[in-house]
Amino acid sequence: MEMQAQRLNLVELPELAPARSKITSSNVNVFYGDKQALKDVTLDIPEKQVTALIGPSGCGKSTFLRCLNRMNDVIDICRITGAIELDGQNIYAPDVDVVTLRAHVGMVFQKPNPFPKSIFENVAYGPKIHGLTSSKTELEDVVESSLKRASLWDEVADRLQEPGTGLSGGQQQRLCIARAIAVQPDVILMDEPCSALDPIATARIEELLDELRENYTIVIVTHSMQQAARVSQKTAFFHLGELVESGDTSGVFTTPQDERTSNYVTGRIG
Amino acid sequence: MTDLITKSDGRLKGRHAGERRFKAYGMIAILISLGFLALMVSTILYQGFPAFKRNLVGLDINFDAVVIDPDGNRESSALRSANYTKLARASLRGLFPDVKKRRDKRKLNNILSSEVGYELRAMVLADHSLIGSTKRVWLSASGETELYFKGYISADLPEDQRRLDNDQIGWLDTLAHDGRIQTRFNTPFLTSGDSREPELAGILGALLGSFLTLLVCFALSFPIGTLAAIYLEEYAPKSRLNRLIEVNINNLAAVPSIVFGLLGLAILLNTFGLPRSTPLVGGMVLALMTLPTIIIASRASLRAVPPSIREAAMGIGASKTQTTFHHVAPLAMPGMLTGAIIGMAQALGETAPLLMIGMVAFIVDLPTGITDAATALPVQIFLWADSPERGFVEKTSAAIVVLLVFLIIMNLAAIVLRRKLEIRW
Repeated sequence: MEMQAQRLNLVELPELAPARSKITSSNVNVFYGDKQALKDVTLDIPEKQVTALIGPSGCGKSTFLRCLNRMNDVIDICRITGAIELDGQNIYAPDVDVVTLRAHVGMVFQKPNPFPKSIFENVAYGPKIHGLTSSKTELEDVVESSLKRASLWDEVADRLQEPGTGLSGGQQQRLCIARAIAVQPDVILMDEPCSALDPIATARIEELLDELRENYTIVIVTHSMQQAARVSQKTAFFHLGELVESGDTSGVFTTPQDERTSNYVTGRIG
Repeated sequence: MTDLITKSDGRLKGRHAGERRFKAYGMIAILISLGFLALMVSTILYQGFPAFKRNLVGLDINFDAVVIDPDGNRESSALRSANYTKLARASLRGLFPDVKKRRDKRKLNNILSSEVGYELRAMVLADHSLIGSTKRVWLSASGETELYFKGYISADLPEDQRRLDNDQIGWLDTLAHDGRIQTRFNTPFLTSGDSREPELAGILGALLGSFLTLLVCFALSFPIGTLAAIYLEEYAPKSRLNRLIEVNINNLAAVPSIVFGLLGLAILLNTFGLPRSTPLVGGMVLALMTLPTIIIASRASLRAVPPSIREAAMGIGASKTQTTFHHVAPLAMPGMLTGAIIGMAQALGETAPLLMIGMVAFIVDLPTGITDAATALPVQIFLWADSPERGFVEKTSAAIVVLLVFLIIMNLAAIVLRRKLEIRW
C-alpha cells in the first residue's frame, strides 16, 4: 500500500534520503566524428533507485546510457572524454575489461531482442558464458529465479524449450530483463524498454521496475514523462546534448529550476 | 457523389493501357528466354538419350579348351593371355559360312566391339567351368553397329557414303532377324572410365574426378571464405584498406577463370611442383575462383543478421568472438551455405582453368584419390565434343545431361538447406 501511495503522490517521497551513488560521471563529452553528442555531463546515479533520463529525441540521453556500459565502444567513430566511475572505479580506464563491466551493468533494449533460441537458452546463455554455475541443476535454478524476478515464470514455466521469439512483445521484453538479471548485474540500463509495447505490457514492466529496484540500480531512458514520473525516483533532463537539470523526480516535475525543463515537462517543447 | 465505376477519362485509360503494355513486355521476355531454354534442353536430351542405351550381340561361344587353356591346368596366367577375341570371331563366322575372303572377314569382325576379348576373359576368369562348354553370351557391338541400330546410318545412302557397306548391313539385319541383337540400358556408360572407342567410353572417371575436385575446392574455399567474410564484416575496422579489399574481392569475382588456371599452372605446378592433372591442384585453382563468390555471399548474409542480436549478446557481456560464433555466424549459416553451394555449382561447370593445369589428359583409369590423374565432367564434355567419331556426339550430349542433373541437384540442395536452416524473427 505504501509503495502504491508513493507512486500516486509524487510530492510525498520520504524514502528519498540521500542514497549512495552507484555511478558517478563527471564532464563526459561524447563525439560522433566531428559532431558532439554530449556536452560536459556530470550526473550521479543513486544506488537501488530508478533514475529516468528524459528529453526530446536526439538530446543524447540514449548516448549517455550507452556510455555507462561502454556499448558505444562498438561504434568506430565514437570518442568519449571525461570520467565515469562505477563504485569508484573508472570504467574507461585502460585496464578495465569490457566483458566484466557489461556483466555488472546489464542492458535492456528498445526493441525486445531475444535470441532465436529457446526461452531457457535465452536466460541460460549469460550464466553459461560467464561460468556462473557449475552444474546443470544450478543453471536451472538461476534460470528459474531470473524468470521469477522478471515475473515471467508463471507464463513460461511449462514451455521453456519453445523459442523465445514466439512470445508476445511484452513477454519478450520481460524475457530480455530475465536474461539481463541472470548474469547477476548491479545495474540495469533500459533504453526505452516500453516504446514497442502496448499499455498493458507497459504497466507490467513498470510494476516490475518497482520490484527490481530493491536489488538493482536502474537507469531508464524514456520518452514518456508520465512513465518517468511513475517509475523513477530521480530524473535527469537532457536537451541538445546538455544535462539541463537533474534531481528528485518530484522536484523536476513540479518545481523545475530551468525554463527548458519546465517547457518540456509541460509539453511546450519536445 | 463520386462515381467510381463509369467515370473514366482519357488519362486514366492511358495509365491502364500502359500497365497492361508493361505486363505484356515482361511476359514476352520470359517466354523468349523460356523458349531458348526449352530448345537447348530438348536438343541435348534428344541427342543424349540414345547414349543411355547400348546394343549387344548374342553369340554361341564355344569356350574351346584348346584355345583358352592348352596345358589343361587352369593356370591363371595362361587363362589371362589366351586369345578370346578369336573365339568370338569364330562363332560369328560360323553364322555366316559364306564369308571367305580376308577382307570380308575383317568387315564381319567389325560388327563386334574390339573389347569382346576382355568381356569373354572376364567371364572365364569368373567361372572356370565354362571352359569346354558352348554357351550363348551377349557381347558389346561395335560403334558402327550401334550407330546402325540407333538409326544414324541409313541404308538408303549410296554405299560409298556410309560407314557400313551393303554386306555388313545385310549381316546385321540377319542377326537382328535371328534375335541376336539386344538393346539394354547402358550401364557401362555410368560405371566405366573414358575410352578411345565411343561404345565403351564411360562417364564415371570424369564424375569421380569432378567429385574429388569439388571436395578439395569445398574443403579449402568454405572455411577460408566464411572466416574471411566474418573477419571483414565483424572485426575489421572500417578503414580505407578494408574498402580497398572489398572492391578487390568484387573484382576478383569477375576475373576470367582461365586467368586462375594460368596462376595454378605457374605457381602450383611450376613453382611448388604439385602433381599435374590431379583433383588436388584442380580443387585448389577452383577454390581460388570460388572464394570471392563465397566471401560476397557470406558477407551479405552476415549483414542481414539484425544488429539487435549483436547488441543483445554484447549487452550481457559476451565477448566479440562469443557474439560472433554463438549468435551471428549460426544465423548467417544458411546464407553462407547457399553461397558456397552456388559457388560449387559454378566450379562444377568450370572448364578453362582445368585445361591449364592438365586435367584435360586422356585418362582411362578411375581416380582413387586426390593425387591421381583425373579429368572432370565439363572437360570430358570438351574432349568428347572434340572427338571425330560419330558415337561421341551422343556421348557428349549424354555427359551434358549428367552434368545438368548434378547442377540441378546442387541447386535444389541449396534451396532445401535454406528452407531447413532459415530462422525467421
